[in-house]
Amino acid sequence: MSIELRHISKRFGDITAVRNISFTVGEGELVGLLGPSGGGKTTVLRMIAGLETPTEGDLFVRGRRMNDVPVQTRNIGFVFQGYALFKTMTVFDNIAFGLRIQKQRCADIAARVEELVKTLGLEGLERRFPHQLSGGQRQRVAIARALAPKPNVLLLDEPFGAVDAKIRQELREWLVQLHDELNITTVFVTHDQEEAMEVSNRILIFSRGNLEQLGTPREVYEQPRNEFVARFIGVMNVLEMTVSGGIARLGGLSFPAHGHSEGQTLRIGFRPYAVQVSMSPNEYRHQAILKHTYFLGIMLRLELETPDGLVVRARMSKEDYARLKLEDGMSVSFQIREYRVLAREGEILTPEVSIAHPTVLGEGI
Amino acid sequence: MARSIHRVLTPANTRSRRGADESRLTQWLLIGIAAVFVGLFLVLPLVSMFYEAFRKGPRAYISALTQESTLDSIRYTLTIAVLVVPLNALFGIAAAWALTRFQFRGKALLTTLIDLPFAISPVVVGVMLIALFGYQGWLGPWLRAHDLKVVFALPGMVLATVFVTFPFVARELIPMMQSQGTEPEQAALTLGASGWQVFWHVTLPSIKWALLYGLILTTARAMGEFGAVFVVSNRIAGEMPIPLWVDNLNADHRGSEAFAVASLLAFLAVCTLTLKAWLESRHQHEEAAGLWTTDSPVVNSGESETAFTPHTPS
Repeated sequence: MSIELRHISKRFGDITAVRNISFTVGEGELVGLLGPSGGGKTTVLRMIAGLETPTEGDLFVRGRRMNDVPVQTRNIGFVFQGYALFKTMTVFDNIAFGLRIQKQRCADIAARVEELVKTLGLEGLERRFPHQLSGGQRQRVAIARALAPKPNVLLLDEPFGAVDAKIRQELREWLVQLHDELNITTVFVTHDQEEAMEVSNRILIFSRGNLEQLGTPREVYEQPRNEFVARFIGVMNVLEMTVSGGIARLGGLSFPAHGHSEGQTLRIGFRPYAVQVSMSPNEYRHQAILKHTYFLGIMLRLELETPDGLVVRARMSKEDYARLKLEDGMSVSFQIREYRVLAREGEILTPEVSIAHPTVLGEGI
Repeated sequence: MARSIHRVLTPANTRSRRGADESRLTQWLLIGIAAVFVGLFLVLPLVSMFYEAFRKGPRAYISALTQESTLDSIRYTLTIAVLVVPLNALFGIAAAWALTRFQFRGKALLTTLIDLPFAISPVVVGVMLIALFGYQGWLGPWLRAHDLKVVFALPGMVLATVFVTFPFVARELIPMMQSQGTEPEQAALTLGASGWQVFWHVTLPSIKWALLYGLILTTARAMGEFGAVFVVSNRIAGEMPIPLWVDNLNADHRGSEAFAVASLLAFLAVCTLTLKAWLESRHQHEEAAGLWTTDSPVVNSGESETAFTPHTPS
């Protein structure tokens, strides 16, 4: 076990930034801490690094209790969001900093820096200053600097936050590759769910200081533990419906709601990919107008508006869209293949319901 | 109509001149007023002072500068500067560090108090020192018991100068340290550096220009301060710094000598200004290069961003 948190809480004055969190990160794992800003994920990262002290709980790194170990002796590599390079030092001196502090021999320092420069593709930039580098290069220098003293754990705070979208994608793949090569336990913080899904072995989802769920990207996507996770990971249509006669209704949409009392409010959620669309207005149960199509690259997002003014988001591939001959402004019909009943926030979710035979809902419901 | 369109489209007008569209006449009038002001109140007095200083010939000028009391005053001024500048470097760095790195009660008050020497009349500074260190003052009996003399002696003049020049270093460092943030320092901590190593290797190099700039201003003011030092000096020839000596000569109707010594101070001021301008240009140069700003992703040098394939260490 590389990192272990046991019932860790952190309070800043009256504000609780992190509330009773426990988790473990295995040796060599690549773990993403995901959540909206203010969720407590950066505080967790800073506590592991020793830049913050937990108010309660125990923190272990490689089996050693770290609560009272000062940041200098924790041997942890930390990459800051803004990279925090030393502006008055060259790339070489930046990377060598940790080694010089350890008073290593000059030849050893040069060899280690050269090795990292090679690994991170920074050849030829050793004599440059940080302001002479591009964003991506700066980030690689920051990572090289953190890796130089051979840390037990590598921590990255929003590693892709400060570079533009085009470079982000390349950096993600690059980070995964680097992690595979070095096999160092890595924890990174992000607010971008797509980024977390793509890069991490496991994801920890934080919201308002709580650890909402811990799991593989697939687990948190397919089996969200609560409504927050379900809504935060991926896009979800959420409808607030009223139960009458065992059926939850909102406008023309309805779902079976056996066992729910009359007049109760029920929240239904479904993913855009679970919405099937047809250009024929009568093929599926619900009618709508295709209001707008968003081109997201290979996938398209469709915004459908029902006659009652409800907006439903659907998702399909470019090929399907072309095959169905869809166009903005068309009258279409749609059905919902899978949905789940959303509990109140914080409560455990019931499993997803598949509608194998859409006609089960029947006419008149 | 056609003419005005033509005017707008000429290359010289492609830059926005909104707000600067005064007529030629107004422009020249304003520039003229500024020039007359500078000439009348800056250049003319300076020229006349140098003229008066040299009126009795270069020999008289040199003898005015090399007489015993003038040399003593130069010695006094340098002594004060040598003592004050390191003290205020220390105070300035400590104050800037405290104000930018820690959160504490009374922080706003301390920030305001740093500016007090700018706002207060130097005479008040001198009088305050007398109230505290004079023989009739609070610490008077103790000082007398230990046979220590603070006011009407060199220590008093040093204290007065420290007080007056206190804000210069801190005022230069605070915005600089604020804009740089604490992340590089934290990064150094995670790499194993002790607090002292962080300061020496990370903080100090990044603030060195601002610090130097503050020190130059401190030096200039320390050498030129008159009011506060005047109050706490004993006004005996040979025991006063240059500005007081100039005033003393002038009061004794030794005009040309006074002008000669004053020209020395003016020369020092010009040196300071030159040094300051040079530092500012350096500073701006580095700022333009992004050395002082927080990290912004600058893509430059045509370096390909796609070459990310890590090399497998063999």
